[in-house]
Amino acid sequence: MKIDPIHQFNIEPLFTIGHIGNHTIAFTNSTLYMFVAVAVISVLMLASGRQLVPGRLQSVAEISYEFVASTIRSTAGSEGMKFFPLIFSLFMFICVSNLVGIIPYTFTVSSHLIVTAALALLVFFTVLIYGLYKNGLKFFKIFVPSGVPIYILPLVMFIEILSFFLRPVSHSVRLFANMLAGHIALKVFAGFVGMLGVSLGAIGWLGGVMPLALTVALTALELLVAFLQAYVFAILTCIYLNDAIHPGH
Amino acid sequence: MAESHGEVSGQKAGAHTEADGGHGGGFPPFDSSTFASQLVSLAIAFVVLYIVVSRFALPRVGGVIEARQNMIEGDLAEAQKLKDESAAALKAYESDLAAARSRAQAISNETREKLNAASEAERKALEDKLTTKLHDAEKTIAATRTAAMSNVRGIAADAATAIVQRLTGVAPDGAAVNSAVDASLKG
Repeated sequence: MKIDPIHQFNIEPLFTIGHIGNHTIAFTNSTLYMFVAVAVISVLMLASGRQLVPGRLQSVAEISYEFVASTIRSTAGSEGMKFFPLIFSLFMFICVSNLVGIIPYTFTVSSHLIVTAALALLVFFTVLIYGLYKNGLKFFKIFVPSGVPIYILPLVMFIEILSFFLRPVSHSVRLFANMLAGHIALKVFAGFVGMLGVSLGAIGWLGGVMPLALTVALTALELLVAFLQAYVFAILTCIYLNDAIHPGH
Repeated sequence: MAESHGEVSGQKAGAHTEADGGHGGGFPPFDSSTFASQLVSLAIAFVVLYIVVSRFALPRVGGVIEARQNMIEGDLAEAQKLKDESAAALKAYESDLAAARSRAQAISNETREKLNAASEAERKALEDKLTTKLHDAEKTIAATRTAAMSNVRGIAADAATAIVQRLTGVAPDGAAVNSAVDASLKG
């Protein structure tokens, strides 16, 4: 029995929808899980009760609302609440698709760089366009930190500009790499259980307890990572938007 | 990553942990032939999510939270109002009580003074009456004594006349007897 930890990331077209230029647009397993995430979020937010004393589902909906709202207020101020729907959508989409991806035999949408890169670029261009629209040319003050001596200003500006344009890279790769590595590690350790059992018989099944325990522990860790990476993505979005709202450090 | 994956897929033979779909070479996240499908699906899914979230989900949940917040604040304000009212009622009660107490004090003082004055007047009237009676008694006593004394003088003069007549056989001069009795009564 061989382990193929990469197989889980395969995109399987379920049916073809159409073509754009040379590209085939297919309804894939990735598409399916994107809509699963959207459906889960919609059910959570729309089917939860409206009682004065919330039940469990309503509590989850309200906690997510207030969690994202307080994250925005603390990092981007009350003006950042303009972007509440965007940040809430990003956070919930990433969080739910990460969590759904931990269920065995499912597909993890955020384990594909193209998806995380698209989301990071969405944030990048939102920051850029809103920053220029709201502040005009003053927006470029974010590249010129105040209080820096004039003789090292060019160097600092160079670094600031470089880091600004590298933001979408780090923003997307962080999420992608975390989800990818976590799922590969899970798959490898889970695969050991079966491999030991098949190749060594009874002793192997006994020995398989160790990797099984490790798999359970890793699953718990992945639950944490799934939430944490969604939170990191959301809070970085807030911090970047704060630059657009209040340029000049 | 791609190299290690090459090894793994090289080893792939026979039994497989999952359905043997295989992945036509390359690392799936870097397979550019799937990018267009994923981008289109992501765009549709994310736009749908954004509309659901911004139009329905957030106003709904936010409204519930706000309604609860308003209700809690309203209840707290109501409780504060009731507390203020009860404090005011307590204060009014205490001031009423103090007023009633001072009025009772005043009434009792007045009554006591009235009673004192009445008893004083009664006592004074009684004393006056007694004093008058005492004076009358003293006058009576003095009159009686004067009468008695004049009787005593008459008796003494008669006795002296009689004694002198018996001893000497001659009736003494009345004037001489009277002066002798007076001198003796003074002595």
